[in-house]
Amino acid sequence: MSSVIIVGGGIVGCAVALELTQAGWQVTLIERDCLGSGATAAGMGHIVVMDEGEAQLKLTLFGQQLWQALTADHPQPHEYHACGTLWVATDTEEWDLVAEKAAVYQQYQIACEILDAAALYAHEPALREGLVGGLLVPNDSVVYPPKSAVYLWQQAEKHGATLVYGEVTTIQTNYVQLNDGRQLSADAIVVANGQRCIDLLPELPIRAKRGQLVITERYPALIKHQLVELSYIKNAHASSGDSVAFNLQPRPNGQLLIGSSRQFDRTDRQIDQLLLSQMLRKAIDYVPALADVRCLRTWTGVRAASPDGLPLIGQHPERAGLWLNVGHEGLGITTALSSARLLADQMLQRQSQLEIQPYLPRSLQQEQPQ
Amino acid sequence: MSLNVVIVGAGPAGLAAAWSASQSNANITLIDQAAQAGGQIWRGGQGYAPKRYRHLFGQQTTLHYRKQTHVLGASEQQLYLATPQGPQQLRYDRLILANGARELFLPFPGWTLPKVVGVGGLQALVKGSLPIAGKRVVIAGSGPLLIAVASQLKQRGAIIKAVVEQVPIAQLLRFGRSLVGNPTKMLQAAQFAQALANTPFYVNTWITAAEGEGEVQQVQLNNGQRIECDYLACSWGLIANTELAQQLGCRLEQNFVVVDRSQHTSRDQVYAVGELTGIGGEDKAVIEGQIAGFVATGNYQAASQLAQQQAQARQFSQQLAASFALRPELRQLAQANTIVCRCEDVTLAQLQSQPSWRSAKLQTRCGMGICQGRVCGGATQYLFGWSQDSVRFPIHSVSVADLVMESV
Ligand SMILES: Cc1cc2nc3c(=O)[nH]c(=O)nc-3n(C[C@H](O)[C@H](O)[C@H](O)COP(=O)(O)OP(=O)(O)OC[C@H]3O[C@@H](n4cnc5c(N)ncnc54)[C@H](O)[C@@H]3O)c2cc1C
Ligand SMILES: Cc1cc2nc3c(=O)[nH]c(=O)nc-3n(C[C@H](O)[C@H](O)[C@H](O)COP(=O)(O)OP(=O)(O)OC[C@H]3O[C@@H](n4cnc5c(N)ncnc54)[C@H](O)[C@@H]3O)c2cc1C
Repeated sequence: MSSVIIVGGGIVGCAVALELTQAGWQVTLIERDCLGSGATAAGMGHIVVMDEGEAQLKLTLFGQQLWQALTADHPQPHEYHACGTLWVATDTEEWDLVAEKAAVYQQYQIACEILDAAALYAHEPALREGLVGGLLVPNDSVVYPPKSAVYLWQQAEKHGATLVYGEVTTIQTNYVQLNDGRQLSADAIVVANGQRCIDLLPELPIRAKRGQLVITERYPALIKHQLVELSYIKNAHASSGDSVAFNLQPRPNGQLLIGSSRQFDRTDRQIDQLLLSQMLRKAIDYVPALADVRCLRTWTGVRAASPDGLPLIGQHPERAGLWLNVGHEGLGITTALSSARLLADQMLQRQSQLEIQPYLPRSLQQEQPQ
Repeated sequence: MSLNVVIVGAGPAGLAAAWSASQSNANITLIDQAAQAGGQIWRGGQGYAPKRYRHLFGQQTTLHYRKQTHVLGASEQQLYLATPQGPQQLRYDRLILANGARELFLPFPGWTLPKVVGVGGLQALVKGSLPIAGKRVVIAGSGPLLIAVASQLKQRGAIIKAVVEQVPIAQLLRFGRSLVGNPTKMLQAAQFAQALANTPFYVNTWITAAEGEGEVQQVQLNNGQRIECDYLACSWGLIANTELAQQLGCRLEQNFVVVDRSQHTSRDQVYAVGELTGIGGEDKAVIEGQIAGFVATGNYQAASQLAQQQAQARQFSQQLAASFALRPELRQLAQANTIVCRCEDVTLAQLQSQPSWRSAKLQTRCGMGICQGRVCGGATQYLFGWSQDSVRFPIHSVSVADLVMESV
């Protein structure tokens, strides 16, 4: 039986732990804080098929299918909520994007429905006047990521996986060093510690992309779907500078989660007031009733961004026995299960459901961030 | 340009700081979320303060008093405010924190029943308009507040069925003796004793449960006794409102802000006074406030003349803490199904399996509701030794519009 150490108990590390224990590996998961910490504790948990390129679409779609299977019998531990996504078009330019997006989804048999303005307001009356329409994607959903991480871990634990609390400070061939002096060894090591992977492997082409979110008190009737602006990808994926994009999520308990923002190379927890103001101004612009909604708190989270927006799933290009599952940017909840499956396929030399090439850790020199 | 001194909190400590800072030509801003100055103890205004302190309410010409203004957050040199005119930023050169304290609540079976309230909460309700005459009240927990509030309620016609103090008698007597040499406190104690003559006073005793249909009807004590009542008011002590200080990175020890003899915190240009530095009541608050007001405006001479009173006030505060320390048995009151976090209905059993406050928050939502851990944070710290992991902006819940600042 092969043994493996997984560094990081976020959603990705927990998903990998489950995949490998199920395959009969002896798994040790190492976590510095608590399970489901890191970006997993900070994110929105939107399980969304995203169509910024074919590789991303396939990985998120596969991820969504695995999430549906995982939650089908037990939605409760994940606070699973099949709210769907409603992409909102504000003008004719965005209205053109609706048709384009719908065409892509249809090509992959992803259910979607084009809404004209009247249909849009019938679905979401709280949206401001003057919008032109939208695209409803009913199979997108929402989970509560820290609980899902623990759920995945508990399944792994039933199969015999072990949890060790401690911070990995260095990774050697076949062993890791913890900050308290302990050394743990295994046949293989998986790095799944999110953005902090660059503390351990500075050669990785990963950059921090910080986000800020706001959670409100309970307003169960305000909106029904996760609302996202159609220019989301354009706004969210600028390659430099600070940006905000409208993204509003109804939590199953009636709370609202307001996003989103992106800032490169910041990992501190101090709220950027100006960016927060921009983000909230935009949210109020889309849903005017938000102005009077009461906010409970704000927080920050750090995404691990790769140069091409795709995660790195596979063996380290220069170190045998060292495996990576990092760089999930703003989609790591959606892609946790699919990426864990693809990684396990490689470690077990199994056939994969997806062509693995686009996700393999790329040659490090070429891909250094600018 | 004159120095910007900003004071957060217009309780005794903040008012005293404003008063002494006003002896200089600094530009002073005093901020409080309440509609009236006075803080917890002088809530309602000047008339509630003892004569010797009424001058602190005086209208100093150089003072900008900003009422109904919440300080939502702080960074170096900048405060973020929610004001009746909308959100604002305020720059400071010197910041004096005087945020005061709130009540600590401990969970026990029945503590979430209607009419089980905080002692300070009931005091405030009665000062408002709650009719208490003829109502049967049990007051339980620990500390001088029990007796102070019992005597106030009695004056308003309440029937005090019992005052229940968890501290053993010997410890209480030791505390009493420590007041010798402190004439105001001695006098106060004597007045309370007189006001509460004939009121059953139990020491070494504590509440084990509150019971009733729909609201509290009787309480159970650890000595087996049951007492019928209309209200149960509890107080297990006070916890300092350290959120702003924490956001600024001020050093804390045992949940109080650490200050030197100038009331200076570990952060440059940031001072802390009153309950924030240790629970000690109005005299300590006023002395510390005055010192910080003087030091922040460069009047070291005036500050140094208060050193002896400051030492005495701090000593009293330490005696208070030592005398009314909570006994370990109180950790056992909550049962597996007792709610600990009221906002999110989290029970003791759900929390017992969690390794840390952070994990508890993420997995059970404890502390994630409307009060943001203000209530259950103190309780879980006492029960499990968990400390809060971070303080998030905004410190008070406000509307989304109140977070949208004009661009600067
Ligand atoms: C604001 C925001 C919103 C988002 N919204 C969404 C969304 O709606 N949908 C979606 O799919 N994705 C979303 N994401 C992205 C998603 O949250 C992340 O991609 C995902 O959580 C990454 O998981 P992870 O396990 O790789 O990393 P993390 O969640 O960061 O977990 C890493 C874990 O490793 C531990 N660790 C770190 N270093 C060490 C070490 N040296 N030793 C031991 N342990 C260590 C950490 O404590 C942590 O628990 C969002 C992210 C952010 C920031
Ligand atoms: C509920 C309660 C009842 C009490 N009753 C008594 C009593 O009967 N007798 C007694 O001797 N002592 C009592 N105390 C003790 C009391 O704390 C002190 O006696 C005294 O009031 C402390 O003065 P202070 O100035 O330090 O704080 P406080 O009097 O508490 O004043 C703090 C002020 O700061 C304001 N504030 C805090 N944070 C912010 C913010 N972020 N933005 C804007 N404003 C803010 C508050 O509104 C408040 O007015 C009571 C305490 C509590 C909590």
